[in-house]
Amino acid sequence: MASSFLGAHAGPTSKERKYDRQLRLWAATGQQALEDARVLLVNSDGALGSSGVGVTGVAGVEALKNLVLPGVGGFTIVDPETVTEADLGEVSLGKSRADETCRLLRELNPDVQGYSYSKPISSLLKDDDFLPRYNLVVISGPTKRSTLDPLIQKCQGLDIPVLYTHSVGFTASFSLQLPKEFPIVETHPDPESTQDLRLLNPWPELAAAAKALGDISILDDHQHGHIPYIFILLHFLEHWKQTHGGNPPANYKEKTEFRALVRSGARTDNAEGGEENFDEAAAAVVKTISPFSLRSSIREIFEMEQCQRLTARSADFWVIAAAIHAFYTRHDLLPLPGSLPDMKAQSADYVALQNLYKDKARKDVEEVTATVRQLEAQLGRTRPILDREVEVFCKNAAHIKVVRGREIPQLNWPVDKGTLKALRSSLDMPDSTASFFVAHQILDAVVNDIQESWQGGHAQSIDDDALWASHEQRVLETLVRDEETPLSEEAVAGIKNAIQEVRRAQGGELHNISSLVGGLVAQEALKVLTRQYVPLDNTCVYDGAKGGARCCVCDGH
Amino acid sequence: MDTRPDSQQQHRWAAIHNVLSRPGPFTDPDWEPGAMPIKELEEKILVIGAGGLGCEILKNLALSGFKNIHVIDMDTIDISNLNRQFLFRQSDIGKPKAEVAAAFVEKRVKGVKITPYVGKIQDKDEDYYMQFKIVVCGLDSIEARRWINSTLIAMVDMEDPESLKPLVDGGTEGFKGQARVILPTLTSCIECQLDMHAPRPAVPLCTIATIPRQPQHCIEWAHQIAWQEKRKDDTFDSDDMEHISWVYNAAVERAQQFHIHGVTFQMTQGVVKNIIPAIASTNAVIAAATTSEVLKIVTGCNPYLENYMMYAGEEGVYTYTFEAEKKPDCPVCGNLARKMDVDPNITLGEFIESLGEKAEAQLKKPSMRTEEKTLYQRFPPQLEEHTRPNLQLKLHELLEDGQEIAVTDPAYTIDFRYRLNFK
Repeated sequence: MASSFLGAHAGPTSKERKYDRQLRLWAATGQQALEDARVLLVNSDGALGSSGVGVTGVAGVEALKNLVLPGVGGFTIVDPETVTEADLGEVSLGKSRADETCRLLRELNPDVQGYSYSKPISSLLKDDDFLPRYNLVVISGPTKRSTLDPLIQKCQGLDIPVLYTHSVGFTASFSLQLPKEFPIVETHPDPESTQDLRLLNPWPELAAAAKALGDISILDDHQHGHIPYIFILLHFLEHWKQTHGGNPPANYKEKTEFRALVRSGARTDNAEGGEENFDEAAAAVVKTISPFSLRSSIREIFEMEQCQRLTARSADFWVIAAAIHAFYTRHDLLPLPGSLPDMKAQSADYVALQNLYKDKARKDVEEVTATVRQLEAQLGRTRPILDREVEVFCKNAAHIKVVRGREIPQLNWPVDKGTLKALRSSLDMPDSTASFFVAHQILDAVVNDIQESWQGGHAQSIDDDALWASHEQRVLETLVRDEETPLSEEAVAGIKNAIQEVRRAQGGELHNISSLVGGLVAQEALKVLTRQYVPLDNTCVYDGAKGGARCCVCDGH
Repeated sequence: MDTRPDSQQQHRWAAIHNVLSRPGPFTDPDWEPGAMPIKELEEKILVIGAGGLGCEILKNLALSGFKNIHVIDMDTIDISNLNRQFLFRQSDIGKPKAEVAAAFVEKRVKGVKITPYVGKIQDKDEDYYMQFKIVVCGLDSIEARRWINSTLIAMVDMEDPESLKPLVDGGTEGFKGQARVILPTLTSCIECQLDMHAPRPAVPLCTIATIPRQPQHCIEWAHQIAWQEKRKDDTFDSDDMEHISWVYNAAVERAQQFHIHGVTFQMTQGVVKNIIPAIASTNAVIAAATTSEVLKIVTGCNPYLENYMMYAGEEGVYTYTFEAEKKPDCPVCGNLARKMDVDPNITLGEFIESLGEKAEAQLKKPSMRTEEKTLYQRFPPQLEEHTRPNLQLKLHELLEDGQEIAVTDPAYTIDFRYRLNFK
């Protein structure tokens, strides 16, 4: 135990102290991943209208703020605009928005590198080496299609995740475009759901330890009241099997009977009038007395092409997943996670039991590691996968996830079928916020027309009713094209209301709403960059207008 | 005062003025759009807490155009605040949060006046709270929330609508959080919702003292027992590195004795300070949700939250909005005693101990009486001595099934009434 050699004043480093509250969520590995990451913010693509209207960009800068504070490696802001009154600049009027926001953001955390470009993103994309420097791209909408489409396509080709955001008046929405497959090992499931105690298929050492307890009726009250509940359950399972043809309790009714059997074993004639360890055992019956079954999401991962056909260049994830699949094929089980919940027990008994679980988990990791090494040799891979990576994977094997990245949804024909279907069903739900997503798509189209025509020397206003009406018409038609049923009256009314609320702000951002969506966008960025927790799939709409907050996720499945 | 021409002002606040000067489809039909300058933005707003949520709330209010903000916080800035409390810098460590935050926002946003108060909310009386239009809380303490809640409820005078101060409350833990709107006496209050925020169950003392199994048990032993034995003359200070190191080393030693692995310095700090994980992004979300409600309530420009929003970000983005119900047996805003099931065979002492953990009570230093007699009273000392023998008596020896008791606690100004049902 190296820690015992630390002196009386040994404590965390100043960096550990600064980041203490977040290290408790994503640990040193997550922090390292964050510090290795570079984020690109494409914060504006020109003014929204001829005059009197600001340029968007608050949500993007707020998102960066929430990434700079926890210590992202670096960021770059691309913004061709200059600071105006609407940006609330302090001494910054007339200066480059990119430079000023970069300077103020860097002030928040001296550990973070910040860069700025006061030019349009389209000019920077001419350099093929520009985009590959980044691990994530955040784009502030509305962005005209001639800028947006090539940018998100390039990111897709380079497997760079993209977040595309809107914040307008009281409403906001954003979408996350992940690479085609985005695997996550550390999904941080609810600790309650992670218990795999193998009570129905104990390995020999665990079975032997339970058996060694012998006749528990002869134990004195103190010993009897401190049998770890794992052993109580294993003990009574043996009893049960003797009278049930060797089978464990199989259904809810049998589990209820089994629970009564366990309860009947508790002594009630003692000073406490009951036994806590038997209470714990009875409470654990429903959750722990279940045969192992592989979750369908894990089975799907095993069956994916990437897992079935490894190559020398496969990501580490797939090599380990294949090794775990082989483990599952051999044992009909996943590697034992090895953690043991706390339970009433004597210290030494608990530690001994915990060691049984830890030892078994270690052996399972060794077996998987051996397969990994074998696969590496077969594939001719030169850089060995770290032991630690295999270990973390084994511990989380029952909860790994592969998100299949989907494109930023857009309502320009041809629309992706999945997006359309998800949107239609969402629009028909009461209290849906999907109508705001539709309104933001229409805003995008309106701004696109304004900016494209502006470049042609013909200025249009963001308050141009005819322009809005034409795009509303087009989008409503798009939503029913190739569909048999028309949109419900409620859905159409919802969309019209959403458009009206969005137009009320003339495309402008309210600070509260941009700050909120900046928080959400940063949260998704953190999950993507640390590869921990589970990112959004793939669109979130926030409605701050109607009685508070509702998020709807347009799920394309 | 900002003395620049109106046109510049107008441009600066264009977005906010747009939504305040014209109705939207969801706006109350009776709402009258504001004329420039919008007088509601001059209203006095009180922000309680200048920490993770408070920094965001102050910035959000100022950038929403509010001009007159007060902030209360008793804490000073610690290095571990810097990962999210963005108004503070390395050089601010040790300075009072309320003052630094107020000065920073005033410097950055022209025309806003922020008045800091470094101290406790309990230092202030009803006259002080009466001056505000609305109160926003960004706190990590349930106790402080309960105090301001009961104070604002007690201030309501049915004859005077101005005495009703809406309370908007935010809270976060890691990737999770909540925002709620409380209209004192009219809607569900913090106390009505107390059981939704149950404290973490404490480890039984006998486990800590005799049969530790987890590294946390060893840390609790070092903190609660070893310190008491070896250093009872020093008051334990969880911010003193030497104190934490001592507890850490004692915990490591005990863990080795019992062959328990996993005691770390970080865990030691987490256990003794009851540290809750906190990140900038969750604070941004919840703070913005609360300030958005403040803007809507004060100006009426859109309907406000009724009345509770839960938020969770570990898996995608999840929110759930519902209307928490006002409870007729709420000890603060209701008029009935709250029912509580108790085991008649436990002693009064055990019952008193259990009130600290019961989700619906969470009282750490309760004193109690029935209508006829005092059961236990902590103060004055003579009365404590006189009632102390009751602690050993079983509940059924002191009370009837279904009898009502009144409980006081030094942390709160009100009586909590419970009807004890024997089970």
